[in-house]
Amino acid sequence: MDILAFLIPISLILGGTGLAAFFWAMRTRQFDDPEGDAARILCDDWDTHPMPHQPKGTP
Amino acid sequence: MTITAPFPVGGVERASPGACFACGLAPAAAGIAATVKADQGIMLSLPTAHCAACISTVEHTLTALPGVRSARVNLTLKRVSVSAAAGVVPGELIAALARAGYEAHELDAGILSATDMDRQGRDLLMRLGVAFFSMMNIMLLSVAVWSGAEGATRDLFHWISALIAIPTVVFSGQPFFRSAWGALRVWRLGMDVPISLALILASSISLFETIKGGHQAYFDAAVMLCFFLLLGRYLDHRTRAVARSAAQELAALEVPRATVLVEGAEVVRPIAEVAAGDLVRVRPGGRMPVDGVVTMGTSELDRSMLTGESLPVFAGPGTAVSAGEVNLTGPLTVQVTAAGKDSSLHRMADLVAVAENAATRYTTLAERAASWYSPLVHLLSFSAFGFWMWKTGGDLRFAVNISAAVLIITCPCALGLAVPAVVTSASGRLFRKGLLIKDGTALERLAEVDTVVLDKTGTLTMGAPEPVDFDAHPAWAAELAAGLAAASSHPLAEALSRRAADLGIPPARIENLQEVPGYGVKGIWQGQEVRLGRADWCGADPLDVTATYLRAGSRTNAFAFEDHLRPGAAQAVATFKAMGRDVRLISGDVCGAVEGLARRLGIDNWTANALPAEKAALVMGLTEAGRKVLMIGDGLNDTAALAAAHVSISPATALDAARVASDIVLLGANMAPVADAVRISKQARRRIIENFLISGGYNIIAVPLALVGMATPLAAALAMSLSSITVSLNALRLK
Repeated sequence: MDILAFLIPISLILGGTGLAAFFWAMRTRQFDDPEGDAARILCDDWDTHPMPHQPKGTP
Repeated sequence: MTITAPFPVGGVERASPGACFACGLAPAAAGIAATVKADQGIMLSLPTAHCAACISTVEHTLTALPGVRSARVNLTLKRVSVSAAAGVVPGELIAALARAGYEAHELDAGILSATDMDRQGRDLLMRLGVAFFSMMNIMLLSVAVWSGAEGATRDLFHWISALIAIPTVVFSGQPFFRSAWGALRVWRLGMDVPISLALILASSISLFETIKGGHQAYFDAAVMLCFFLLLGRYLDHRTRAVARSAAQELAALEVPRATVLVEGAEVVRPIAEVAAGDLVRVRPGGRMPVDGVVTMGTSELDRSMLTGESLPVFAGPGTAVSAGEVNLTGPLTVQVTAAGKDSSLHRMADLVAVAENAATRYTTLAERAASWYSPLVHLLSFSAFGFWMWKTGGDLRFAVNISAAVLIITCPCALGLAVPAVVTSASGRLFRKGLLIKDGTALERLAEVDTVVLDKTGTLTMGAPEPVDFDAHPAWAAELAAGLAAASSHPLAEALSRRAADLGIPPARIENLQEVPGYGVKGIWQGQEVRLGRADWCGADPLDVTATYLRAGSRTNAFAFEDHLRPGAAQAVATFKAMGRDVRLISGDVCGAVEGLARRLGIDNWTANALPAEKAALVMGLTEAGRKVLMIGDGLNDTAALAAAHVSISPATALDAARVASDIVLLGANMAPVADAVRISKQARRRIIENFLISGGYNIIAVPLALVGMATPLAAALAMSLSSITVSLNALRLK
C-alpha cells in the first residue's frame, strides 16, 4: 500500500488546483456574463477590449 | 418608461434622441471635456440584444463614437457599460444605437451600483465550491472505507477526511450556524437549528471516533449535507437576486429630472435638487416631476395614472397639478409647491403603509413544514440517545453515535432543496413568459387566489385611445378632422391621423393651421374657421365618453374614442372565469367608459368613480370576508389596493410606486401570461408538496434504521443523495 503515499497527495493536489481555479474564476468575475461569453466565441473580430475594470461591486 | 411597450402618451422626461435637453448642452460640455480628463461610466439597457452579432455591432458602434474609450456588452443582463470622456452624453449613444437598429435606454447607474445581494451571492458560491471540492475528495476516501479498508489504512483515510472536512464545515457551514444562532437567541427552532446541530455533532463524533480508531466516521455525510443545503440556499438566493436586479433595472429606467428655470435659462436638474418656489418647465408629452401651480401656458393634462380618469382635463394659469400627471399639448411653467418626498406621489406611501399593516404576514409552506419538523427531529434524536443510554447501561459513545446518525438522516437535506428548486424552476419559466416574480412567497400566494380585482386604465387598456366611430362620419368631416389632427401631437389627434391614414382618407387642405394649447387646433377651410378640440371650445354638447369635437361653421361633429384594449386582456379574463375565479373591475374612470369595457370583457361586477381609498377598502373588505384577492393595477390610485391584496401584479408601464407595491411585474404588453402564471403557481405548489412527501418518504424508511443503530455512513450518504436528486428532478417536471 506504499502507493497511497503518492496517490493521496496527488489526488489532493489535483482537487486543490481545481478549487484554486474556481476561486480565481470567481475573483476575476468570470461568472458575470455567462451568456455573453458563450456568444463571444462566435465573433469573428479580435476581442481587443477585455472586460473594462469595473469599480468594486458593480454588476 | 417601459422596455417592451413604450406608449405614446407617457414618456418620462429622460434622455431620448428626439427631445433631449442634455443634447443641447453637449457642445458646451464637450468644451469642458478638453480640460477634464476623468472618464465617466454610462450604463445603457439593451432589451433587444440577443446574439453574438449584436455584441459586436453594439460594441463597434459605440467605440467608433468620439470620446468613447470602451464599451462592453453584458448579454446576460442585456446591458452595455460604456467608459467615456466626461463630455459624452447618453443621448448621443442612444441615438447612435438607434441608427444601428438597437433600442437602448439610459440606466441610472446610482440605483444599479454596488449591491449587497451581489456580494452575498459570490460568498455563497464560494462556500458551495469549497463544500463540493471536499465532498468529492472525502467521497473517494470513503468509498475505500466502505469497501472494506481495515486497521491503519482506515485510520489514515479517516484522518485525511477529518483534515478536509472540519475546515470545510467550519467555513461552508457558517450561513447555517449564523442563522441558527439568530433563531436560538429569540427562543425559536428554525430549520437551521437541527442542521447546525447535525453538522457539529456529526463532525465532532466522527473526530472522536477517528482519534479512538473507531469503525465509522460521518465526515462524508457532514460535508454532503453542507453541499446540498448550500445548493438550496444558493438557488433561492439567485432567484431573488435575478428578480431584484430586474426590478432595479425597471426603477433605474426612470431617471427623474426636471427642467428648472434659473433667471430665464433652462437647467436640467435631478428632482432631489428642486425646491418649493422654483419654476419648472414641462414640455408637451412630459410627466409632471413635482406638485405645483401653473403660472404660464395652457394645456391639457392626462391624470389617468393618478385617478384612473381617461378624459384629459384642461390646465391653465392657476390650475394645481400633481407629480405623475402627463402634460399633453402646450408647454407649461409650474411653480413648485412640493417636490420629492413631499409631493403627492410620495404622500401616497402613507396609504400603502396602512394597507401593508392590515395585510397579515404570509407563512410559507416551508415555514409551516419547519415548524413541526424541527421539534420532531430533536425529539427523535434525544429519545434515541436516552433509550440507548438506558439500554446499554450508560455507553455514552454508542448513544451519541446513534443520535448523530438520527440527526444526519432526518436532516432536511431534501427539504432544503424542495422549495428553492421548484421556485427557481417556476420563476425561470414565468420570466421567459414575461413575468417577474419580485417576492419569493408570491408564487405560493398566487396559487391560493380565488378573486381577481382589475383596474381599467393602463391595466386592461393600454392608455392609448382609438377612434370608434370614425367611419360613421361624412367624408368631408373625416377629411377635415384628419387635416386638423395632423397639426397636433395630442394623443387623440394622433390617433385620428393614424386611423385616417389607415383608411386612406386624404386630409383636407386647411390654411392658417394653429394649435391652441389646452383647447385644440383651428384653421381656415373654404373661407370659414374650423376647429377640432374640447367640447366647450367648439360649442358642442360633451359626450360621457372620451371624445374630440369638430366645428365647421355652425355644425359640430363628435368623434368618440375608446381605450385600446391591452393584448391578451380578453383572453386573461376569460381564462380566469373559466378557472372559476371571481373577476371584478374597479376604476376611477367615469361610468360610461367602465361599463362599456366591463360589457366587452364579460365582467358582471364593476365599480366606477372609485377613489384610491375606496379601492383599498374594497380589497380589504374582500380579504376580511375570507377571500384571497389578486389585484392587478398600474396607477398611483391602485397602490394602496395592491399593497392590501393577498398578491398583486402590475405592468411594467406602471408608476414606480405601484411597481414597488406589487409582488409580480408584467414585463411585456401582453396580459395573457397572467392567467398562465396562476396555473403555473398552482402546479409549483403541488410540486413543493410532492417534494415534501418524497423526502418524508425517505425519512420513514431511513429513520427506523437509524433508531435501531443500523444506519451506516453508506446508508446515510445514499439516502441523502437519492432524496436530493429525486426532489430536484421532480421540480424540473414543471411545465
